[in-house]
Amino acid sequence: MIFPKELKYSKTHEWIRFEDETTAYIGITDYAQSELGDLVFVNLPQEGDDVAMGEPFADVESVKAVSDVISPVSGTVSEVNEILADEPQMMNESPYEAWFVKVTDISEQEELMDAEAYEAFVQENN
Amino acid sequence: MEVRRTPLYEEHVKGGGKMVEFGGYCLPVQYQTGVIKEHMAVRTACGLFDVSHMGEITLKGKDAVRNLNNLLTNDYTVMKDGQARYSPMCYPNGTTVDDLIVYKVHDNDYFIVVNASNKDKDFAWIRDNLSGEVTAEDVSDRYAQLALQGPNALRILEKLTDPENIPEQYYTALFDREVGGFNCIVSRTGYTGEDGFELYLDADNGPALWRLLLETGKDDGLIPCGLGARDTLRLEASMPLYGHELSDAITPVEAGLGFFVKKDKEAFIGKEALAAQGVPARKRVGLEVTGRGIVREHQDVYLGEKKVGTTTSGTFCPYLEKAVAMAMIDQEAAAPGTALEVEVRGRRVAVCTVKMPFYKRTHN
Repeated sequence: MIFPKELKYSKTHEWIRFEDETTAYIGITDYAQSELGDLVFVNLPQEGDDVAMGEPFADVESVKAVSDVISPVSGTVSEVNEILADEPQMMNESPYEAWFVKVTDISEQEELMDAEAYEAFVQENN
Repeated sequence: MEVRRTPLYEEHVKGGGKMVEFGGYCLPVQYQTGVIKEHMAVRTACGLFDVSHMGEITLKGKDAVRNLNNLLTNDYTVMKDGQARYSPMCYPNGTTVDDLIVYKVHDNDYFIVVNASNKDKDFAWIRDNLSGEVTAEDVSDRYAQLALQGPNALRILEKLTDPENIPEQYYTALFDREVGGFNCIVSRTGYTGEDGFELYLDADNGPALWRLLLETGKDDGLIPCGLGARDTLRLEASMPLYGHELSDAITPVEAGLGFFVKKDKEAFIGKEALAAQGVPARKRVGLEVTGRGIVREHQDVYLGEKKVGTTTSGTFCPYLEKAVAMAMIDQEAAAPGTALEVEVRGRRVAVCTVKMPFYKRTHN
């Protein structure tokens, strides 16, 4: 299981990489993809959509089930990683490169964990 | 309800199985390989499943056939030793108690295999409806059941036993045979749409045969598979699953299993109701997703603004690389090629009715 140091993590297993204080990329963690199993479909938001902290902004489907992806921040979607729609297996193979959206104008963010805290959180929940 | 372990439990845990509860048993939903690789192994090489959760019931006595013909919708009058025959089992109102397979061991001696989640219900139903000189016994706990499925299954089995211990025809079985040194029932059956075998043996010997099969089959691409792949494989092959395409609210005729309902038979439980139903108002159909998304069970199906049915199972099929579903649909919208929509979490997804099976094997 990989927990890159440069990322922040949410309790609902999303990672977030801040470019600056109001701009960030969001994806799902290695732990999340391993728990979900083989992912075969993703429902992505559109450029210009607003995302709200604590609210789902996308969903991913494994062979067995669908799961929401929750935004750890409030802001506006400025870019969508459309490659994921064609190659959903990227989320399994390289979860930290498989970003879902780039969010700008971030106005609020939930309490996030660093890599160490998140790794402990995952172990505690296992 | 107490969650039980199959005789293979330790093997699954050691093998990295992700354990879940199913039908009252703790079983692996997948191994670390994942559902897609496990599914593909069965389509292209071979997979090994622990299906020890299935229930086994023996039916013995000189009135055994008469009771089978009364309890079940299929006809068991003419059967050879070792033959297997599928049947729905109905309530008097024509809806379904379970679907099952009956093996004829020899005259007056039958071996019935039922779904895990229905085992106790089935046994009680069978016992309560018996008449004459016949005895039913639930022998489920005595057996481990392993399913070896895929195009390489025969080759792997040949390495562990003599050719005369391998049934030649699909839906036949040989009893009291040795495989890898263990006494087994060797059945050429399965629930994947591939050629394959189901091996029944003494529960205590289950783990040893499991390990031996995996070791023997390694070079032929054999890997252990979980319930996830079992479900995607049966769905891709359009096989019904009790609790989805069959239930105590669905008759076998509605489920498209009319072939297994022998209405000419003298009498059987559910006969009058099924005859009175005639052509049912709804039927099981296959749906292929033409829009974007994956359709799951219990989602409403629309023809324009009119609700015409509900999905019963749905998934993404790894081999076909398509999202498909099965649904109970009103006759007016059930013809192959009808464009419909399914409501998936508040969004309409385009689907098209197609002929089943979605997948049919072309190789051996």
